[in-house]
Amino acid sequence: MSPVRIKDNWREQRIFVRRVWFVTALMVIAAIAVFARLYYLQVLRQHYYEDLSVANGVRTVPIPAARGLIVDRNGQIMASNRPTFELQLTPDEVPDLRGSLQRLAKLALVRESDIPELIRAIKSQLSFDPVPIRVQLSESQVARFAVHRFEFPGINISPQQSRWYPLKNLGVFAIGYVGPISASELAHINQAAYAGTALIGKSGIEAQYEHVLHGTNGYRQVLVNALGREVRRPGVLARQLHEKPPVPGDDVIVSLDLKIQRLAEKLLKGQDGAVVALNPWNGNVIALASSPTFNPNLFARGISEKQYLALVNNPDNPLFDRALRSQLPIGSTIKPAIALGALTEGVLNPTKRIYAGSDWHLPGSDHMFHNYKHEVCGRIGLNMAIIMSCDVYFYQVAYKMGIERLGAWLPNFGFGKPTGIDIPGEQSGLVPTPAWMAKHYPHGYGWYPGDTVILGIGQGTFLATPLQLAHYAGILATRGLSYRPRLATGLRNPLTHKIHWKRPVLDGNLTMISRSSWQVVIKAMHGVTTNPRGTAYWDMINATYPIAAKTGTAQLTREEANGDYNLKATPTKLRDDSWFIAFAPLYKPRIAIAVLVEHAGAGARAAGPIAMKILNAYLLGPNGKLLPATPRARYSMPRDITPRVTAGVDPTLTATERAAQP
Amino acid sequence: MMRQAIATGSSARRTLSGAARVLLALKLDGPLTFGLGLTAAYGLLVLFSASGGNLRMLIGTVLRLALGIAVMLALARLSPNLLRRASPWLYGLGILLLLAVAAVGHVHLGAKRWLELGPVQFQPSELLKIAVPMMCAWYLHERALPPRWRDLAVLGAIILVPVALVAKEPDLGTAALIAAAGAVVIFLSGLRARVVIALLLLALAAFGLGLRFMHGYQRARLLTFLDPQAHPLSSGYHIIQSQIAVGSGGMFGKGWMAGSQARLDFLPERTTDFIFAVVGEEFGLLGLAVLLLLYTFVIGRSLYLAMQCPDTFSRLLGGAIAVTFFIYAFINAGMVTGLVPVVGVPLPLVSYGGSSIVTELSGFGILMSLFSHRKLMG
Repeated sequence: MSPVRIKDNWREQRIFVRRVWFVTALMVIAAIAVFARLYYLQVLRQHYYEDLSVANGVRTVPIPAARGLIVDRNGQIMASNRPTFELQLTPDEVPDLRGSLQRLAKLALVRESDIPELIRAIKSQLSFDPVPIRVQLSESQVARFAVHRFEFPGINISPQQSRWYPLKNLGVFAIGYVGPISASELAHINQAAYAGTALIGKSGIEAQYEHVLHGTNGYRQVLVNALGREVRRPGVLARQLHEKPPVPGDDVIVSLDLKIQRLAEKLLKGQDGAVVALNPWNGNVIALASSPTFNPNLFARGISEKQYLALVNNPDNPLFDRALRSQLPIGSTIKPAIALGALTEGVLNPTKRIYAGSDWHLPGSDHMFHNYKHEVCGRIGLNMAIIMSCDVYFYQVAYKMGIERLGAWLPNFGFGKPTGIDIPGEQSGLVPTPAWMAKHYPHGYGWYPGDTVILGIGQGTFLATPLQLAHYAGILATRGLSYRPRLATGLRNPLTHKIHWKRPVLDGNLTMISRSSWQVVIKAMHGVTTNPRGTAYWDMINATYPIAAKTGTAQLTREEANGDYNLKATPTKLRDDSWFIAFAPLYKPRIAIAVLVEHAGAGARAAGPIAMKILNAYLLGPNGKLLPATPRARYSMPRDITPRVTAGVDPTLTATERAAQP
Repeated sequence: MMRQAIATGSSARRTLSGAARVLLALKLDGPLTFGLGLTAAYGLLVLFSASGGNLRMLIGTVLRLALGIAVMLALARLSPNLLRRASPWLYGLGILLLLAVAAVGHVHLGAKRWLELGPVQFQPSELLKIAVPMMCAWYLHERALPPRWRDLAVLGAIILVPVALVAKEPDLGTAALIAAAGAVVIFLSGLRARVVIALLLLALAAFGLGLRFMHGYQRARLLTFLDPQAHPLSSGYHIIQSQIAVGSGGMFGKGWMAGSQARLDFLPERTTDFIFAVVGEEFGLLGLAVLLLLYTFVIGRSLYLAMQCPDTFSRLLGGAIAVTFFIYAFINAGMVTGLVPVVGVPLPLVSYGGSSIVTELSGFGILMSLFSHRKLMG
């Protein structure tokens, strides 16, 4: 039994006060905990939370930079930008989605059959973000919509930047084209830098100078609320928003001369072939044509499957850049290189005449190597051998030189390796050697002396591209200077119009070839156009200035090699490829050119006239007189830009080279 | 000069005494009224910004404040004896209303918490926040203290019946607060320390057990508190966003009406349970310190008043009112800053809506009545 307890107010008061103090102590501890937590959040980690808060409410909208232009040496625009229009639908603002789309279908702005797919796409988006429902509207479509604009609340026309090639097909293989960024490209680019960019260079200058043309995208920050909707009037919150204007890409000045380019493409029209013309003194490409061509605007606009298949399935393969990628035997155009090699190696006496019949066989073998069309050259020296393009003479030169020396000499003229032109996709051609043969045909028959013999006339497994041939013509023109071919000569700042000139690159100088060797060979090449027995005599008969040239007829069938050949009786795809190289004017060359017309017969027949017309167009003024040698284009490279010399190359000009300078 | 100074001084004294006379007549405590007024004014300032400049909300809150002040004035005039005698009736009424809610209550957001009386919606659980400590204090008033086991059993029943009813609504937060208010009374009455510790351990065990019977969302809240980043867009969203708001405010805040978390809707419940974060974002640590100091002043003054009361009922009830106020503020601040789990407890005198402002001011009205009538008590 517990004792009866008496209520003691004073004691209770004391207990209460003690308890209150105890509770107060607990409360102070709790308050300190809260304050410590606040100190941690607001002072120690303020920046962390500040970043999170900014990331929450600020959305960065990229502003794509204007892509740089591509202009030719006269400033004529080859690639530019222009707005295209797309139809955008903001789901929130469209009262009757299906009805609106059906009315658009009646205006032929969307396809009736696409409506279910469009509705599905629209439903999958944020309801307040505009969805593109039709891209690349034509002007008449824009006009048609504009008239009915009021019937379509929530549907707007929005301008987009797109690439535009005003000259269409002209120079497409040099300029290239842009297209939507593919998944594999996405993996290789800096995605942050490309936020907001829709198109990327796919080929040509557009691809090679992508980093220059692209520019630097800017951005604009907008406030968004928790739902992701943009806050139109941010008030005081606007002070945390930044904006960075885009920096437009530089313009690329290319060395093409559109007058010549246009002529080259016109002359090639209807045939498969290529023309490459360049300035041998700096490698600047004057014309780079391949036929047939295609319209790059198709790609920039987003090519349809049907259009693409039509290009891919065309037997003439218009997407194929023959100038850089077509690797073919070059026929007799190789002969000046063989001659220069043999002269320098001392295996050939240029003045010694030998009898060259209609055919020749290797010592100890009965296999016959025929002359073209079984011609008989007669007793000739080197000069006539080049003028007449005598195969039997060069069989013997090649045989005397031997494959080892030939294999070492031909790369001096740029064969068997890429020229290094500043657009992607170039093929390297092939200088076959016994080592190469053993490597690629380990179970084959090995290297026979006969392989060496036919290399002497540019046949067999030897391959080169039209670009390599033009480069080679340039080396001959400058008496040994190997300038790297290039299209881009300068980069122009679009705002200040200041031009940064790119230095030409000197990749080689054939100083070991003597002055007299050059004299003999170049004189012979001149003879090709002036001697009545020259293979290009009839092509060049009207020339008002001296030209050095060499024809080539690359044989594609066995019958030809046997000399039994009838052009008309041979199926087109098996006919000879027609080659032609030239440079002019002879003693101060300004242009070196290579022309290929596939399956067109002898070099003089198809390629020669084309070369003649291009040389005339480039060198002659309207009065038919030779133009002065000074630069005449708006964006000609200043004279004080000195070439960059590749390591190991002797940059000093020999007396011959100096004499050849324009 | 001299005369002027004397005149100024005397006039100042006369004004002060005038104000004191008014307060005395209204049975109000000057410092406490002053503290409450400042806190409420600060709350209005914050609310205006948190609501995005919503005048209707501001006017609604001013009306509620007016109602609260009226109730406070009325309660302050009542004698403590009357309050004490009314306690069991009030408690009984509260229980009845809770039963009514269970029977015909209005369902909102999945919980049955409201009674509709014409246009006015009313949460009976708010009434119990006052009625339970009153009932406990009433029970202990006549008993010798510290309470014995039998008293404890009775008190336990007094507390747990309404707590169970409220928890069933379900409104676990309010249930816990009601239980806490009752527990504070028992603690202040001088329950022996070892019993307190034993009861705490028991409560912990009960909590562990209770976890099994919790609603999914209740358990989720607790687990989310332990690891908010696990569900950043669902259950962890409140905690993460409120901490971002508070943290990004820094020392001095982003400025009034310039808190991006609040203005751009990232901060949920920003006018109600998470308004503390708005204070932190816009006024920084400094602004929160001001708010915490105001609370400290109000609580300190309330405890002082409670200690001055001569009788058990007044002391216990007054102490409970003060400590409960602290608990509200602490839980809200702790919840917003990630110290305690998210429970729906408004920030006293600042949060918008509900009947909480009226309840809180009623409590202070009672406290002032207890204090200002102390000389009349025998």
